[in-house]
Amino acid sequence: MNYLRLNINSREIKVKPGTTVLQAAQASGTYIPTLCADPDLKPHGGCRLCIVEVKGMRNMPTACTTIVSEDMVVNTETEAVHKERRSVIDLIIADHPMDCLTCIKNQRCELQDVAAYLGITERNLPRTIKQKPIDDSNPFFTFNHNYCILCQRCTRTCDEITGVNAIEIINRGYNSKVSTFGDKPLMESICKSCGECVARCPVAALVAKNSIMPTSKIETTCPYCGVGCMMELGIRNGKIVSVEGSRSSQANNGRLCVKGRYGIADFVQHPERLVQPLLRKSNTLIETSWEEALNIVAQKLSAYSGDQIAVIASAKCTNEDNYIVQKFARSVLGTNNIDHCARL
Amino acid sequence: MAGLATTFGSGAMTNSNNDLLGANCIFSIGSNTTETHPVIGFNIKKATRSGAKLIIANPRHIELVRYADIWLQHTPGSDVALLMAMMKIILKEGLHDNSFIMQRCENFKPFKQSLDDFDLTTAETITGVPLGQIVEAARMYAQNGPSAILYAMGITQHSHGTDNVIAIANLAMLTGNIGKPGSGVNPLRGQNNVQGACDMGSLPNVCSGYQKISEPSIKQKFNVAWGINLPTEEGLSITEMIDSILQGRIKALYLIGENPILSDPDAGHVRKALSTIEFFVAQDIFINESVELAHVVLPGTSFAEKDGTFTNTERRVQRVRKAIDPIGYSRPDWLITCQIAQRMGAKGFDFEQPSQIMDEIAKVTPSYGGISYKRLDKGGLQWPCPDLKHPGTSILHTQQFTRGKGRFMPLRYKPPAELPDKDYPMMLTTGRNLFQFHTGTMSRKVAGLNSFKGEEEVEIHPKDAERLFLNNGDKVKVISRRGEITARIKISEASSPGVIFMTFHFAESPTNILTNPALDPISKIPELKVCSVKISKI
Repeated sequence: MNYLRLNINSREIKVKPGTTVLQAAQASGTYIPTLCADPDLKPHGGCRLCIVEVKGMRNMPTACTTIVSEDMVVNTETEAVHKERRSVIDLIIADHPMDCLTCIKNQRCELQDVAAYLGITERNLPRTIKQKPIDDSNPFFTFNHNYCILCQRCTRTCDEITGVNAIEIINRGYNSKVSTFGDKPLMESICKSCGECVARCPVAALVAKNSIMPTSKIETTCPYCGVGCMMELGIRNGKIVSVEGSRSSQANNGRLCVKGRYGIADFVQHPERLVQPLLRKSNTLIETSWEEALNIVAQKLSAYSGDQIAVIASAKCTNEDNYIVQKFARSVLGTNNIDHCARL
Repeated sequence: MAGLATTFGSGAMTNSNNDLLGANCIFSIGSNTTETHPVIGFNIKKATRSGAKLIIANPRHIELVRYADIWLQHTPGSDVALLMAMMKIILKEGLHDNSFIMQRCENFKPFKQSLDDFDLTTAETITGVPLGQIVEAARMYAQNGPSAILYAMGITQHSHGTDNVIAIANLAMLTGNIGKPGSGVNPLRGQNNVQGACDMGSLPNVCSGYQKISEPSIKQKFNVAWGINLPTEEGLSITEMIDSILQGRIKALYLIGENPILSDPDAGHVRKALSTIEFFVAQDIFINESVELAHVVLPGTSFAEKDGTFTNTERRVQRVRKAIDPIGYSRPDWLITCQIAQRMGAKGFDFEQPSQIMDEIAKVTPSYGGISYKRLDKGGLQWPCPDLKHPGTSILHTQQFTRGKGRFMPLRYKPPAELPDKDYPMMLTTGRNLFQFHTGTMSRKVAGLNSFKGEEEVEIHPKDAERLFLNNGDKVKVISRRGEITARIKISEASSPGVIFMTFHFAESPTNILTNPALDPISKIPELKVCSVKISKI
C-alpha cells in the first residue's frame, strides 16, 4: 500500500490515497469544525465551516471535499480561517433560536460545539423574527423548522442511506426549507419513520418525541426481524428511555428501522406484561406463586409418556433458551416432538 | 431450508448482509425486503445506486419495484415455472458457467433433461409474464455476475416450497453464482432468532448444529453428553402436532413465546386443538389468543431483561444483554425450563448464567465450537466457527459445498394445492407490513406503530373493486373453504387483478382462518401464500 504524506498544522502525517483533508485531520486528532459532514454520507461542502488554508491554493477550500495530494501543506487554525468561520456562524445564529438552556439538544448540539470552539459570545447580526411551522404529524419525532440550519444531513440521509427520498430542500434562497413532496406533513408523505435523519440532525430540528436523557447505555440485539441489528438501549431509573443504532455490528452498521428505533420500550414496559404465574381454576386464570406453578407443571408433565407430549419453542427466544428447551424435551420428557415457527 | 440442505448441504444464507453491496446484480424473489427486512432493504437500494442491476419477481408492486431494472409480476405459486424458464434460456444461450458445473457440481444431466422437457410457452401461460421479460431477466442475472439471489417466505410458504428453493439453488449453480463475494443464495429469516432456534435444535429431527438424531454416532454423542438415552424416533412438526392433539395422541403441550392461533394456517383447527388438550402450559410475556387457553401460564422475560445470544439471518451470533430488571415476577425462559427440569429430577440443568449454557452449546455443536461470551463481547461471530481461533465464516461454500459437490435436482412445475374456481374465484396471498410484526404481540403494544397501520386491510386491484362495487374503506367478508373474516377494503394497484393481499398481524381479522394448511411434503411448511377466496360486501 502506498501512502501520501501531508502536513497539517506543522505535523507530518501519512494517509491512504483518496483520503479527504477532513478525514486526514480527524484521523490525526486535529479538530476541524463542521456541521454538514457525516461519516456515512458523501462529502457535501455545504456548511463552509471546514474551510482551511492550503499552501499554493487560491481561496480557502472546504476540507471535506478536498482530496489529499502528496506534500500538501494544510493550516486549519489561522486567523483568516477563523474569521470566515465566525461569519458563517453569525449568519446561522441570526436565524436560530437562542433558547439553549431549555432546548432538548442542550449540550448535545453540534452548533453549540462549533460556536464554543470559535469563541462566539454574542450575536453580531440582528435576529430574524420569522416564525416557521412545526411538523408534529409523525408519532415518533417532530420537525421544528425554526431550529433547522439547512445542513442537508437529513435529506442526504434519506437519499444515500435509506433510498426513500421522502424529504428534499424546496424553494430557493432565504425561503429554502426541508420538506416533502407537495410540502405535505411527514405523515402524508412516503416517509418510513426509520429515524435515520433524526439520528443525524446536529441541532434540535429533528428530535424524537418523549426524549429523555439516559444515564447509562447497554448494547444488545433487536428482537424484531432476522436482520439482527445491534442497538444501544438508553436506561434511566431502571427503564428503557431511548434506542440508538449500534455501529459496532456489521449486520446493520448503526442503522435501524422504525420498529427497532421506536417500537421497543412500549412493548417491553407495557402494563399488560405478564408479571406473575397464572393457574386455571374453575375456568379462569388466577395468579399463583412460582412454587405452585412450577410444581404443578413438573407433576403434570411427569404423568405423560414422551410420545404424548409436544413442545413448541420460540424464534423470539435466545439461543440459550432454545438449547435448554430442546435438551429438556429430548432428555427429560423423552420426545423429539419439538418445533417452533421457523416455517411461518 | 430442506431445499438448500439437499442441494448445498446447508440451509442457511450463503453470504452476508453487507456482501449485497458488492453484487453486480440482485435477484429478489418472494421477498418484500423493504417492509420485512428494512435494513437489508437499505443495502439493496444502495447497491442499485452504485450501479447494480435489480430484478424483482413478485406478484405485488412492492416498494423495490421503483428501483428495479425488471419487474416480473408472476402469478402466486408459479415460481418454479418462472425459474425453470430462466434456466432454460440461460442454457440455450450458452450463458451458463460450464467449468463451475463440471468442477463443483453433480447430477447435471438429469437436471438438464428436466429442462428439455419443459416448454417456454407453457411458462408464459403459467406465470403470466411475457416471455420477452423472462429472457431479459435471465440474461441480466447470468451476464452481470457476481449475482446474488434473495428470497423469503414468498418462496417457502407453498405446498411445493422445497421445489421453489431447489429451483433457486439450481439457478445459482448453473451460473456459478455461489461461494464468492456478491453472489449466493440468501434466504432472509423472518424472526430475530429463527436461525438460532433452528441451529439450537428446536426442530423435530435434529439436535443443535443440525446433528441428525437418526444417526447412531450422533445419538451416542448426546447420550454421553447428556447422560440419557436419546429418543430416536423423529418428532412432529407444529402442524402435525395440532393434528395429533385433535386425534388424542398428544395430551400435553408446553408452548413458549408463540401464538399459533394467529400464525398457523387454518386457525379454527388450531384453536380447537388448544381448547381440548388435557394439559397446556404456556410461557410468554403477554396473554395472547393462544396463551389465554392454557391451564398454567408462566411469565417469561423480554429480550431486554435477560442475557443471551441471537443468531441473525446471516448466521451471525450476537449478544443480547440484560438492560433492565425482569418486569414483575417474570423470569428468563432458560431459567424457567431449568427449574421445571430440576423439579422433574433431571440432572444437567443447574446453570447459573447463560454464558455457561453457551459453553455447553459450543462443546456439543461443531459449528458453534469457537463461540464464547468472551469472544462475542468483541463483536458477533458468523458460524461455522469451529474453534476458538476461527474468525467465523462470512461466505459459505467457497472451496466446496458443505455436502461436497453441489447437487442439481431435476424439477417439475406443480400448481398450488388450491386454485381459484367458480365458488372461490380470487387468490389470497399474505405477507407483512413494515409497521407491524408477525401476530402483533409486540408491535401492537406500541401506540405509534398502530397509528401507521392499526387494522387489517384487504388490498384489491381497482378492476376487481369496480366489478364487486367496492369503495375504499368498505367492510367486506373474505371467505375461504376453511372460514371467514371481516376487514376493510383498500383499493390498490399493488396486486394484480384476481389477487388480494392481507397481512396476519391483527387478531380482529385473523387472516390465517382462511389459509390452507396443505404442507410441503419435505419441509412441512404450510401453503400460506396461496389460497382461494371469495369476497362479499357487508
